[in-house]
Amino acid sequence: MALIDLANPTRFLALAERLLPWLAGATAIAFAVGLHLTYGAPDDYQQGATVKIMFIHVPSAWLGMFAWGLMSVAALGTLVWRHPLADVAAKTAAPLGAAFTFLCLVTGSLWGRPMWGTYWVWDARLTSVLVLFIMYLGVIALWRTMDDPSRAARAAGILTLVGAINLPIIKWSVDWWNTLHQPASVVKLGGPAIHSTILVPLLVMALAFILLFLTLHLAAMRNEILRRRVRTLMLMQAQAAPGSGA
Amino acid sequence: MTALACLFLRDIRLAVRVGGGAGIGVLFFLIVVVLTPFAIGPDLALLARIGPAILWLGALLASLLTLERLLAADQEDGSLDLILMAETPLELALAAKAAAHWLTTGLPLVVATPLLGLFMNLDASASAAVALTLLAGTPALTFIGLVGAALTVALRRGGLLLAVLVLPLTVPVLIFGVAASNAAITGPLPFGTPFTILCALTLVSLVVGIFAAAAALRHGME
Repeated sequence: MALIDLANPTRFLALAERLLPWLAGATAIAFAVGLHLTYGAPDDYQQGATVKIMFIHVPSAWLGMFAWGLMSVAALGTLVWRHPLADVAAKTAAPLGAAFTFLCLVTGSLWGRPMWGTYWVWDARLTSVLVLFIMYLGVIALWRTMDDPSRAARAAGILTLVGAINLPIIKWSVDWWNTLHQPASVVKLGGPAIHSTILVPLLVMALAFILLFLTLHLAAMRNEILRRRVRTLMLMQAQAAPGSGA
Repeated sequence: MTALACLFLRDIRLAVRVGGGAGIGVLFFLIVVVLTPFAIGPDLALLARIGPAILWLGALLASLLTLERLLAADQEDGSLDLILMAETPLELALAAKAAAHWLTTGLPLVVATPLLGLFMNLDASASAAVALTLLAGTPALTFIGLVGAALTVALRRGGLLLAVLVLPLTVPVLIFGVAASNAAITGPLPFGTPFTILCALTLVSLVVGIFAAAAALRHGME
């Protein structure tokens, strides 16, 4: 099926209804396997059991960045091809991306407390993820200030693309700033390479997180389409009501 | 006189006359710098150490303050629609407007910096270094802010949202502006490295800023 066929919301809703149970099931299985493997993974010789925070922390970080990439592609879909579902995809990806970025920050902070002795350090990675989180909040704020969805979509699309250009620059300058201020004072995840007993559970958890993201995103897109239908129906009802002055 | 020169001169005239508010940014800059010692205490050594950072933060906030009027006045009286429909490319018109805006709001901040440096216990060469980095860096703030102004121009309460959208994007400018100032004052880094990167950031934001702002206006006003 071509991507343009999905421009019809009814067809997309039908597809979403068929796909959602399978995706949800796959997510549950992947999480069951991933959490089981995580439970069996060996403790780190230095960090003890806290190293297992990584199995939540790292996939969240990946998805936090992945969601911005998805929003950028969707923004191109809105601005260049005017695909009607692209703005639905962009709008619903923003809160999900913000949620995963927040999860990444919180788990990182909880991990940092026993390891570094503090909840927060101005490490380059932490700082750039924090800026990413703030930019997610900015995009969400922009979505929520315009009542016309298609105009909000184009404004948010431009902001997303400007962010996509700027995020690497921000990341790079924060790295530069940090190495200038406090070189190598932070304990990094141990060792030259990750052993396979840790790597396999991590990859399974990453798969589970991606499936979770896809499930939530598809469900959120379905909800957004239904919400827009309700809005249109209510507008029509308000216009048709007697005494509306039309 | 070309249309662009007319637009440029018109914006400068509007900014410096009554109601233009060109001086407000400098006044705000002054107040931010004056408030700092009240917050952290009158320790001259400490003030000299954090002076460049305070001056940069003050200039960043002051340039943010005036951004809301960059396009809003033209939108209210309808001249923005004329600019959009004119034959002159919108990107160039926006570049002219941004240049006029920087001349009336950004340049006064640079000029005021040596004086405010006195309050921060900076010596003459340090003040000159901060002023030089602000001269190179404030255009970047204007061009990044132009995108935010274009995105929020039609909103009733755009000012606060504008700040939220623009500030994260100014992180690199702030980092390299302060780093270049500190490199010139205390070292050990050579001044040239962060300063050339700061100039590069200004040039990048010139290109990205006017094209993104033009796209935002075209999509937002239709």
